[in-house]
Amino acid sequence: MHIIVCIKQVPDSAQIRVHPVTNTIMRQGVPTIINPYDLFALEEALRLRDEHGGEVTCVTMGPPMADNALRKCLTYGADRAVLLTDRFFAGSDTLATSYALALLIKKVAENWGEPDLIFCGKQTIDGDTAQVGPGIAKRLKLLQLTYVAKIEEFDLEKREITIHRRAEGGIQVLKTKLPCLVTMLEGTNEMRRGTMGDALRAARSEIITWNAAAAGITELALCGLKGSPTIVKKVYAPSPRAEKAYQIEVEDKSVDQICEALIGEVTKRQPGLEKDLVKTSSDY
Amino acid sequence: MNDKAPAPAAPAAGGTRASAKKELPDHLKSYKHVWVLVELERGVVHPVSWELMGEGRKLADQLKVDLCGVVLGPPGGTEKAVADCFGYGADVCYVVEHEALSEYRNEPYTVVATELVNKFQPEILLLGATNLGRDLAGSVATTLLTGLTADCTELAVDADGSLAATRPTFGGSLLCTIYTLNYRPQMATMRPRVAAVPVYVPGRTGKIIRHEVSLPEEDIITKILAFLPDATSNKSNLSYADVVVAGGLGMQNGDNFQLVRNLASVLGAEWGGSRPLVQKGWITSDRQIGQTGKTIRPRLYISAGISGAIQHRVGVEGADLIVAINTDKNAPIFDFAHVGIIADATKVLPALTESFRRRLAAASTLSAAE
Repeated sequence: MHIIVCIKQVPDSAQIRVHPVTNTIMRQGVPTIINPYDLFALEEALRLRDEHGGEVTCVTMGPPMADNALRKCLTYGADRAVLLTDRFFAGSDTLATSYALALLIKKVAENWGEPDLIFCGKQTIDGDTAQVGPGIAKRLKLLQLTYVAKIEEFDLEKREITIHRRAEGGIQVLKTKLPCLVTMLEGTNEMRRGTMGDALRAARSEIITWNAAAAGITELALCGLKGSPTIVKKVYAPSPRAEKAYQIEVEDKSVDQICEALIGEVTKRQPGLEKDLVKTSSDY
Repeated sequence: MNDKAPAPAAPAAGGTRASAKKELPDHLKSYKHVWVLVELERGVVHPVSWELMGEGRKLADQLKVDLCGVVLGPPGGTEKAVADCFGYGADVCYVVEHEALSEYRNEPYTVVATELVNKFQPEILLLGATNLGRDLAGSVATTLLTGLTADCTELAVDADGSLAATRPTFGGSLLCTIYTLNYRPQMATMRPRVAAVPVYVPGRTGKIIRHEVSLPEEDIITKILAFLPDATSNKSNLSYADVVVAGGLGMQNGDNFQLVRNLASVLGAEWGGSRPLVQKGWITSDRQIGQTGKTIRPRLYISAGISGAIQHRVGVEGADLIVAINTDKNAPIFDFAHVGIIADATKVLPALTESFRRRLAAASTLSAAE
């Protein structure tokens, strides 16, 4: 069995700061991590490999330094890691990204076998679009299962997979055929600690690095900025509200007095609310 | 370089894109009207579809084109949704009824949505940023090779008629405005509760265009084995709650978070928290409020010990009344809250819970006596 996991190296958004004057992202010194949602995809792939045998290949597109994220995948136990990096890919939107990744996956398949499954995280924490997974599936003409909360059954012989998909108001239980693309929901599993053997192997391993030509990508007009139908016209910080919050007086007041003042303010500003709360709440 | 134009749509030329002249290729010039894909699931339309109808109305009016609803569903199962489309502002409704569309599946929905777009050629196609909308939008946009902007918080039409789709980026720290040049339709998804549901006009009608499709079930590989509804007891309805109470790191520890739930309980409110609390494991991710969690639009929002990073702000700005309790007078939450208390939330919440309890009990006795 061959499973391909698509990952992305992202800036740790908890540590991103915006320059107060220029309103641009201050990237310098911001540590990068594997997109946290991708770890659920990777763990699920490793679990299936451990149960059914085979190999897990992690792939990413990004700058040369994205090999850090791929090496980390090897320490968790992935069998191989491939980085697609080329200046032609700079400025890719989700459509151009899915084009490049789909061709990368084809090339990986030529080298190490057709994938039975492709995993992605449900979205990234920097772009937050959730569009690249479905984009790759469509480009490779694969079936897609998004927001997967659980893999219920995986039958390699019958080439079938049954999963729980998070939907509005409940769970859809879906069954489809392999190969297919799965995007994993967060919280579905817990990433393992890699073994010492994997850590040593990761440290010694070469991250396979391809440029566009090596990956067989020749239609450069479909890559990067040129291949992106969307353009970012403007980036700006949200404008502050004209007036600041009305502050309830707290000096020399008991906490009960403060609360009474607050409730008075709430009732004044939302006149009908109290009456409705009496009707809708039953716990007072 | 390969200059061969890939079908169906390709940029006219290279050059610096941000300043590129927006000249549509001839075959895309006929694309007209604003479409909203109506999410009909098990007989119920997701409210985000009506929120989009309200935003779509503004775009259509500005462009002087029709606002159209797209309703996909089982035979005989779309009547109410179609009537509601008109009630919420649509001029035209495209209706496709088929057994294979009874419940959402990516394959038949993508086939039908793509077919409709190719045949009737809308210039703008809007979907909800729900699990359904995001699953479908990515497939449709990739099939059509057009641009798609996810999770918009604002939609507008610029001077030359292009869709300007604004969304938070980098975890909500900045906003960016995105255009789809030289491709049609311009696609965007919008998060639930970012916009208000428009006023419903009963009896309003419009033109219904029915479209027949061939979707043999044997050609659809993915099968639905079951639908397991969420237990109502633990289902959070944050997005659509009237009153929301939320806590942040200022609650100091996971045990103190019970104070947030206590106040919510007395108010009959929903409760949630900021992103760090999910990372700390104090709350589950379905309770997270903010850019990467839920967007809320309650009549009253009480935030306790939340500093108010922009990631949080974009998720709560639509609230009618925001009350913030925080010890730090410089906390950004006081820049967008309406009423503030500079105090320790762990001290204020228990007292506030008791005050509200007494007040509601008194009001209840009063109304019973009337």
